[in-house]
Amino acid sequence: MLLEVRDLRVEFQTRDGLVQAVNGVSYTVEAGETLAVLGESGSGKSVTAQAVMGIIDSPPGRIAGGEVRFQGRDLLTMRAEERRRVRGDRIAMIFQDALSALNPVLTVGFQLGEMFRVHRGASRAEARARAIELMERVRIPAAKERVNDYPHQFSGGMRQRIMIAMALALEPELIIADEPTTALDVTVQAQVMDLLDELQREYRMGLILITHDLGVVAGVADQIAVMYAGRIVETAPVHELYRRPAHPYTKGLLESIPRLDHKGGELRAIRGLPPNLARIPAGCPYHPRCPLARDVCRENPRPPLYEVGPGRASACHFWKETMGE
Amino acid sequence: MGRYVIRRLLQMIPVFVGATFLIFLMVYALGDPVTALFGDRGPDPATAAALRAEFNLDKPVWQQYLLYMGKIFTGDFGTAFNGEPVTDLMGRAFPISARLMLVAIVFEILLGITLGVITGLRRGRSLDTSVLVLTLVVIAIPTFVLGTTLQYFLGVEFGWIDPAVSPEGRFRELIVPGLILSLVSLAYVTRLTRTSVAENVRADYVRTAVAKGLPRRRVTVRHLLRNSLIPVVTYLGADIGNLMAGAIVTERIFNIQGVGYQLFQGILRQNSPTVVGFVVVLVLIFLLANLLVDLLYAVLDPRIRYA
Repeated sequence: MLLEVRDLRVEFQTRDGLVQAVNGVSYTVEAGETLAVLGESGSGKSVTAQAVMGIIDSPPGRIAGGEVRFQGRDLLTMRAEERRRVRGDRIAMIFQDALSALNPVLTVGFQLGEMFRVHRGASRAEARARAIELMERVRIPAAKERVNDYPHQFSGGMRQRIMIAMALALEPELIIADEPTTALDVTVQAQVMDLLDELQREYRMGLILITHDLGVVAGVADQIAVMYAGRIVETAPVHELYRRPAHPYTKGLLESIPRLDHKGGELRAIRGLPPNLARIPAGCPYHPRCPLARDVCRENPRPPLYEVGPGRASACHFWKETMGE
Repeated sequence: MGRYVIRRLLQMIPVFVGATFLIFLMVYALGDPVTALFGDRGPDPATAAALRAEFNLDKPVWQQYLLYMGKIFTGDFGTAFNGEPVTDLMGRAFPISARLMLVAIVFEILLGITLGVITGLRRGRSLDTSVLVLTLVVIAIPTFVLGTTLQYFLGVEFGWIDPAVSPEGRFRELIVPGLILSLVSLAYVTRLTRTSVAENVRADYVRTAVAKGLPRRRVTVRHLLRNSLIPVVTYLGADIGNLMAGAIVTERIFNIQGVGYQLFQGILRQNSPTVVGFVVVLVLIFLLANLLVDLLYAVLDPRIRYA
């Protein structure tokens, strides 16, 4: 087991009161496996990743409970200095918008080389040489000339490649990619995803791919976890989930994908909005938007994660109906 | 970049001409320096006429201006009415003022930036609030009030410093006056640094730096400060102008015989060559400082390129 997140809870103190951004999330990632975490904005998918990474802004954020076991050791109880050494070295993160995630006033060579300087004690010249190697590794043309360029001098796709190179630098066991292609053009998205997929296979890294794009997920993920209102509502191997979703929310998401063979028809969106995380409804948090909702859904306790098949779980009282339809 | 500098230097010419001509007009055309020279008794007409001829005061203003500027470019700033060349006065006054300004800028950098960084990283805590209130108080109180108060207590009551600075204007004597001169700018530097740090501390690239597993110190110094100090450094450059203006008050309080003091004396005695000469040099310094700030900006922020 590479990573095991167990019953993770994260809260934020805001003006609206205590926001429960992550509410008992559990998942596992094996070496070489890709877990896609799917969900709308505010579903807690990024916050979960930040908690694993140890980069939650605190205050206002606070980890209220749970465990994050990485190679058997709980990251949450580690000393700060020990935790820092894991970050970037054993677990690395790729952020969404490379333009703002890279430092605008430092050259990409410096920012890449910094990984070797800090974690490996490399010399300046050595770090530079490794930075060029990395840029070549992610197929940036003319890496030698461009190593002294600044982030704004690269195109969006090239910048995201640099982000990937930075995460890859020390060959970590786990990479967390937080919407790595959202800020890119569709054609560039595919290139970047292919690159990430290829590198992951080559290094046999675990990958957590956070996204709201079902199209991105299908090609690369092994396992999917669908999140809603700070909880996992369904987990399944990727193809089974696409074929037969076991939660009405997943089903709604799949039905809302525009399809070429339904040209001209109206898009089928899920009605309503995700709940305010400071006031999550009682019972199943999805019930106000759910076409299957009945009385039992509006009452506590919330539906547990029912085991609905091998490696599959759904937090819906009516998973049988959902799957059977 | 080279072309930009040349263009900026060319743009300075009309600004320089306009600014100096205005000063020239105000000083020469709006008062009669010769009458002022003789005070209440009134000059003997022959002497007055001779003086007017010597200083070109009998010619039209535009001619006077051209003659004056022509001489300036040969390094001749004329003589004060007491017979001393204006360049000699400058040679004595500018080093003293430069020292005073240096002391002030060191205070701004050391105290202002340190306070700004600390409060910016601890936004909303009690230390932050206290410093913020203090900067408001400093900005609100005029320099001459704070200056004379401090002079009275430190110089007269406690006797820790000399209340007046000697004509040499040594560094040691300029510490308290330099602090007074810097106070208002110091408050602004603190606030500017604080805002900039507080804004950047939440920036994505700082989060990236943390996610890279960099030690906290490196995140703060290399990533956060490098970005946050860009507006502060440019403010410091532009502040040279403010300090020059402020120095007139500060130098008067502590009897420092620098540029401000000479200007003040010159204005009081309608000593036109002194006033115009000093102002011409100040205008030049101001223009060059501004150009330097703009160039510095491009050095500090690679996203800015001048063409």
